[in-house]
Amino acid sequence: MNKKIGYAIVFLALLGAPFVMYPVFLMKVLCFVLFACAFNLLIGFTGLLSFGHAAFFGSAGYIAGYALKTLGLPVEAGLLLGTLGGALIGLAMGSLAIRRQGIYFTMITLALAQMLYFVWLQAGFTGGEDGLQGVPRGKLLGIVNLENDLSMYYVVLAIVVAAFALIARIIHSPFGQVLKAVKENEPRAISLGYDVDRYKLMAFVLSAALAGLAGATKTAVLGFETLTDAHWTMSGLVVLMTLVGGLGTIAGPIVGAIIIIALENKLGELGNLIANVTSIAWFRSLGESVTIVTGLIFIVCVLAFRRGIVGELAARFGRSRPH
Amino acid sequence: MEIFGIPLQAMLSQLLLGLVNGSFYAMLSLGLAVIFGLLNVINFAHGALYMMGAFLAWMGLSYFGLNYWVMLVAAPLLVGVFGIVIEKTMLRWLYKLDHLYGLLLTFGITLMLEGLFRSFYGVSGQPYSVPEALAGATDLGFMVLPNYRAWVVVASLSVCLLTWFVIEKTKLGAYLRAGTENPKLVEAFGVNVPMMVTLTYGFGVALAAFAGVLAAPVIQVSPLMGSNLIITVFAVVVIGGMGSILGSIITGMALGIIEGLTRVFYPELSATVVFIIMAIVLMIRPAGLFGKEK
Repeated sequence: MNKKIGYAIVFLALLGAPFVMYPVFLMKVLCFVLFACAFNLLIGFTGLLSFGHAAFFGSAGYIAGYALKTLGLPVEAGLLLGTLGGALIGLAMGSLAIRRQGIYFTMITLALAQMLYFVWLQAGFTGGEDGLQGVPRGKLLGIVNLENDLSMYYVVLAIVVAAFALIARIIHSPFGQVLKAVKENEPRAISLGYDVDRYKLMAFVLSAALAGLAGATKTAVLGFETLTDAHWTMSGLVVLMTLVGGLGTIAGPIVGAIIIIALENKLGELGNLIANVTSIAWFRSLGESVTIVTGLIFIVCVLAFRRGIVGELAARFGRSRPH
Repeated sequence: MEIFGIPLQAMLSQLLLGLVNGSFYAMLSLGLAVIFGLLNVINFAHGALYMMGAFLAWMGLSYFGLNYWVMLVAAPLLVGVFGIVIEKTMLRWLYKLDHLYGLLLTFGITLMLEGLFRSFYGVSGQPYSVPEALAGATDLGFMVLPNYRAWVVVASLSVCLLTWFVIEKTKLGAYLRAGTENPKLVEAFGVNVPMMVTLTYGFGVALAAFAGVLAAPVIQVSPLMGSNLIITVFAVVVIGGMGSILGSIITGMALGIIEGLTRVFYPELSATVVFIIMAIVLMIRPAGLFGKEK
């Protein structure tokens, strides 16, 4: 019950948030929240570590951007095509990667995502190093003008909430329970007669499709797509978000995504503050060296903080057990 | 003389460049395999430590006037010590956990190292000139052979084969292989396994740094030189499988050559060809060419 009240409060806060904060920033955070939740479906609930999720996020962004800008399709079609694109790439990548277990699975996803990165780098329509610029948001159902940040915000919020509800539903469904069984004890799941590879592949495709939705939405929000989203550092970033929030907790990726994106944006100010306090001038360049800080957080999380924020809270107060 | 419309000289020089790249793939995948065998950790930081090796060579020359030959020995030693510190202070705590934490930790180390070098030296490359003794080229009649590139191939092949010899043919290697199979039993025989693990990690990353120093005069020394390489090396490792030392060496070399040939015949594919081969190998022989599925 407490949990439901909590979600209701968060939802109300999200409804009012664009009046307090810059809507575009909020939308960007929401897209990453969805991205991290989609990723967590795979690592947290199926036990597969993909290091190639940037491929779905970035590719869907390019597909949606191409559909909206060059083909002039409506925004619904753009988002749908992006999601489908993510799912198809996920199907191709997943069916190759599940042929190997454990750490090899991770290396294969990373390598295949890198291959796609080179494909997007060389493909003409992506604009290569410059990226795909000037993607229009268009109108929702041909009526609501989405160039207005506030209307766009509520559309993005609706998408993210719906996708989150879907993920929560998947996790608690019989299908989700089988995924959990695969994660906990794969040989036993096999001996019970489950076609483990098919379940893994389905989870992979679902996760890829939702990551694609996040990427497509992000392109529509920001109006551009660049290679950054398809690069392996993006795959690393989504791992970090989920890790910081808590692997395998439902709310963890949300918290993690907010913290990491806020940190990326505010690191420069934080650096100046530390520089003023400690009078070490080097900290002023902290804003440009985000990677050092992300790397440090990675190390600290893995060594001392493996349950993540939400996992740690759940363990301490024992109210909602981590899944 | 031409083959398939490509001048022989151009083809041979790309082939040589492919061999050079293949040497780096071989040395890095060999190090990854040795580390994975004993530590069960996939060392993502391998690329960053390769970069560090190259940077140490450059720093040694520009700050202290230490020449290439000194740094060829000193840089791997320094990076090896650095690796030992990493293993003793961080990696050690993760052995009982899922493999993925080792990967994530070394990924974090990679980001930190790259970020640090970037904040001091920027992303543009630092030039490092070929040592005098190896400058110039030898005319073989059918092609002009740049001496330095020939040296890279010879040096890395010798180091790889030496590693193979030590692991497969000596007593030390026997301990190492036994430790890979069953560390508890080896420890019961009185071998200091934790020490062996530490030194193995140190040796593996020293190998990466050695490759880095060799690479410094061939490509520009830049903070990002390792990260793209390590992903290709992961693909090499998936193709070859980490079970066999000779397998790693052969796969690395072969993929370098294939990549070089692709650059001649179909340059658009040269960045992706290794990954395409990986996909094909996964379809035909999922365990990898030299691997056995556990």
